Amino acid sequence: MQTDAAPGWVRNVAWYVLLTGLAAAVLFPIWMTIVRALSNPITWSFDRGQPPYPVDIEWDVFGRAFDEASFGRQLAVSATVTLIIVIGQMVTSVLAAYAFAFVDFPFKRTMFAVTMATLMLPIEVTLVANSRTIRELDWTNSFEGLTVPFLASALGIFLVRQGFLAVPRDLRDAAALDGYGHLRFLWRVAIPITRPVIAAFVVLSFLAAWNSYLWPRAITDDSDWNTIQIGLRAVANSTADQLNVGVAAALLAALPVLIVLVLFQRHIVRGLTAGAVKG
Amino acid sequence: MRSRRVRNALAGYGLLAPALFVFAAFSFYPLWRVIWLGLHEQNRTGTNQRWVGVNQYTDVLTGEEFRGGLWITAQFVLLTVPIGVVIGILLAVAANRRLRGIKVFQVIFSSTIASSTAVTAVIFFVLLEPSIGYLSDPWIFDLLDPDRAIFAVALTGVWQNLGLTFIITLAGLQAVPDDILEAARLDGFGPIRSFARVTLPMITPTLLFLSVALTVFGLQAFAQIDVLTGGGPAGATETLVFKIFNSQEPRQLGEGSVMSVGLFLVTGTVATLQFWLLERRVHYAN
Repeated sequence: MQTDAAPGWVRNVAWYVLLTGLAAAVLFPIWMTIVRALSNPITWSFDRGQPPYPVDIEWDVFGRAFDEASFGRQLAVSATVTLIIVIGQMVTSVLAAYAFAFVDFPFKRTMFAVTMATLMLPIEVTLVANSRTIRELDWTNSFEGLTVPFLASALGIFLVRQGFLAVPRDLRDAAALDGYGHLRFLWRVAIPITRPVIAAFVVLSFLAAWNSYLWPRAITDDSDWNTIQIGLRAVANSTADQLNVGVAAALLAALPVLIVLVLFQRHIVRGLTAGAVKG
Repeated sequence: MRSRRVRNALAGYGLLAPALFVFAAFSFYPLWRVIWLGLHEQNRTGTNQRWVGVNQYTDVLTGEEFRGGLWITAQFVLLTVPIGVVIGILLAVAANRRLRGIKVFQVIFSSTIASSTAVTAVIFFVLLEPSIGYLSDPWIFDLLDPDRAIFAVALTGVWQNLGLTFIITLAGLQAVPDDILEAARLDGFGPIRSFARVTLPMITPTLLFLSVALTVFGLQAFAQIDVLTGGGPAGATETLVFKIFNSQEPRQLGEGSVMSVGLFLVTGTVATLQFWLLERRVHYAN
C-alpha cells in the first residue's frame, strides 16, 4: 500500500477519522437509550425539546427498575433458565459427541444425520405442537416447560464432535494401553484437550438461552414467570412518565451479555465462525 | 468379539440417549404433529377434531393469511439481508488493518451482538417513538403508518445483525493470505481492484454463509414485532411467525399447523438454494 502519494501518518489519521465516525454511528442508538434512561422522562420529552444528552439526571432509575418493574424477579427466572439450559446442553452434547467420535455402534451415520436434521426444525416451526405438548404435560409457567425442550443441541454436538475428532490417534492408543475405559478417557483426555471448543459452545448456548423470546412468550402467561426479555414487552406500552424505568431495564438486560462478550470475545468469534470460514 | 460389539452398541446408544430423547420429543414428534394437525380441524375447545385432509393445506397455503404473512416476512428479509451484508463488509474492511487501538473499534463493531432482539426493540423504540424519537420521520420510519412500519422494524434488524455480520466477515477477510494480496499489488493492482478481483471472490463463501444465516433469522422475525408494533398498524407487520404465534388456540390450530409446515418448507428451500449456490461459487473460486 506504500505506492500511494499520501504519507503514512495522513492515511492513518484518515482511517481513525473514518473508524471513529463508524463507531459513533453504531453506538448512537445505545447512547440515546442511556440518555433516555437517565433523563427525567417529562423534562426530556417536553420542557426542553429532546436533547442528545441526559437532562435532570435520575440515577435511581436502575434501582427503580428492580423495585417497580420487578426486574429482580425476572433476573432470577432468566438466570435459572439460562443456567439449566447451558449445563444441560453442555452435558448432552459432550456425551453424544463422544459417542459419535470414539464409539463404533450400529447406524452411527444415520444417527448423526438424524441429529443434524434437527437444525431444520427450529422452535418457530415446532412452536404450535410443542406448546400443546407443554400444556398437556401441565408445564406452562414452570422451569420444566422453559428448559426441557432445549436440553440438547445439534450445533453443540457438531462442534464438540469436531473437537473430539482432532484428538490425536496416539493419545487414544496410549490411553487404551493404560487401560482407560470410556469414562476415564472422556474425563482425563478428551474434555481437557477440547476445552476451547466446549467453551466456545457454552458462550453461544448462553447467548441463545439468555436472549430467547418466542418460546417463553408462548408457554408462560403468569407475569411471575416472565424472563427479562419478556418483561421488556411492557416498555412500549408504558406511560410517558414511566418510560425511563423500562428503558433502564433494557440496558440492565444487555449488561450480562456485554460482560460475557468482553471477557470471552475470542470464544465467541471461534464459535460463530466455525464452519463459516474455510481453512 | 461379539460381546465387544454389543458393549459398543450399548455404550454408543447410552451416550446418545439423553440428546435423542430431547430431539424425539421436541423436534421430530412436533414435526409429525404439525403435519397431522394440519390435516384436521379442531372444535372450539380442542376436545374433538375432524379429518379435513389435504384440503386445509391447499386452502391455507394459497390463502390470503399465509401469503400476506409470507410477503411481509419477505419484505423484512429483503430489507435486512442485503443492506446488512454490505454494511458488514464496510465495517470489516475498515477495521481489518494494523493500527494502534484497532481492537477497540473491533469490539465496538461487534457489540450489537450483546443486544437481544427484545433489547434492540426497546433501544429502537426510544429512537422511533412517534413525534419525539430522533429517527421517527413521517417519510421513512413511522411506526404508526401501515405502509412504513415495516421499514422501522427492519431498521432494528439491520442494527442488531451488525455485530454478527462484522465478526464473520472480518474472520473471512483475515483468512485471505497476505502473499496473495502482495502478489496482486506487485501486479499493479490498486486497493479497489485488489478488493474486487482478489479479496471479494475469496470471501464469497463466507458472505453466502452469512446471507443464509441472516435470511433464516429474517424468516423467524418475531420479538421485535411483538415489542414494537404488536403486528400493527392494521396487521401491516404480521410476519409468518407472528401469525403462527397467534394461531395456537384450538380453533386456529389447523391453520397454524399448516403455516408451520409452510415456514418449514420455505426455510428449507431457501437454505438448500443458497447452499447450492455456495457449492457452485466455491468451485468457481477455485
